[in-house]
Amino acid sequence: MAINNLNTMTKIIKILGTGCQKCKSMTGVVKDVIRENNIDATIEKVEDIIEIMKYNVMSTPALVVNEEIVLKGRVPTKAEVLDFLKN
Amino acid sequence: MFDWVQHIADWLVYDVLNMQAKSHLAEALNFFIYDSAKILILLFVVIFFMGIVNSYFPIDKVKNYLSRNKLYGLEYLMASAFGVVTPFCSCSSVPLFIGFVRGGIPLGVTFAFLITSPLVNEVAIGLFIGLFGMKTTVLYVISGVLLGTFSGAILQKLNLEHLLTPWVKEVLANAQREQDTFQAEKKTFTERLPVIWREVIKILKGIIPYVIVGIAIGGLMHGYIPEGFFEQYMNKENLFAVPIATILAIPMYSNASGILPVVQVLVAKGIPLGTAIAFMMGVVGLSLPEAMLLKKVMSIKLIGIFFGVVTLCIIISGYLFNLIL
Repeated sequence: MAINNLNTMTKIIKILGTGCQKCKSMTGVVKDVIRENNIDATIEKVEDIIEIMKYNVMSTPALVVNEEIVLKGRVPTKAEVLDFLKN
Repeated sequence: MFDWVQHIADWLVYDVLNMQAKSHLAEALNFFIYDSAKILILLFVVIFFMGIVNSYFPIDKVKNYLSRNKLYGLEYLMASAFGVVTPFCSCSSVPLFIGFVRGGIPLGVTFAFLITSPLVNEVAIGLFIGLFGMKTTVLYVISGVLLGTFSGAILQKLNLEHLLTPWVKEVLANAQREQDTFQAEKKTFTERLPVIWREVIKILKGIIPYVIVGIAIGGLMHGYIPEGFFEQYMNKENLFAVPIATILAIPMYSNASGILPVVQVLVAKGIPLGTAIAFMMGVVGLSLPEAMLLKKVMSIKLIGIFFGVVTLCIIISGYLFNLIL
């Protein structure tokens, strides 16, 4: 039951990036995955560089799930994003 | 090495399309097919190779290395050399800059990396081999690395820290030679391959249209500009040619893929290689959109000094190229 609870909790997804093409692609992929799989999640785009640097990333875009950096510097595939969101 | 590509081009043009072997159009088309195929193959090989290198040496590792080791002056050269193998995306330049500053890496060393990274990258190298041959490519890479090294060292000597924006100064004050951990380092090659492959395909897809159009324009110019046409205006003795070419290049923001095939034709028609390379470096190495991004971390004055030093070094290397070649 406890594990079940964890899985159904709303995921907080953040996309760190200053608004470049890759960041837009990443947002698109993440949105698609959430919609197609009915995942309970919120997406926040973090575009302010000072905020981004608090996560200590050096290559954007970066994908943050529940305050943990799971990917940086490239656009993920849908399968990858689904994997990050399921764990 | 590319004989078989030539055979395929011959077969397509003379057999499949059944064109006259001596006609102007047939020869132009043959040249276009051969050149495009050869350059795309080279681009694929170089981008793929760089993708593998980069998978094992991500930017975090580079930062940790530069932050950890005392290199007694060699750090400029190392940072510059790392810039070659790290793919550069101008939108990452600011986070990268801050990451370096936070890691306690001197400003000049950070600049060395920032200068070489866009200047010598996988796409430029692949195109250079295809268009100018191995010798010129090696010269270009070496001079790009040295350019970053010297520009970085000069910028360090100028003590420019006070020209950073306030919040970056704060980062600088709290800088520490910390070692960040990073994920994804313990993957096998077969696990890395799909990711590398996808990146290669993505980069290639992005540049193919520019390369093809560049080669097509180059091919057209080839047929219509008489041999040695530019020699009368831009010969090696003309001392103003290199600075003019460099300064003209700064406001031009184009990726190397479209402009290099055209530059190659200009060289073939008499523009000295050093002048052409100075122009190239100005186009890919100094871009105004990039400067605007840097405004978040540097004052306008610092961006000006940064561009000034790099421009000067590009002009000098242009003269050197003209002397050597």
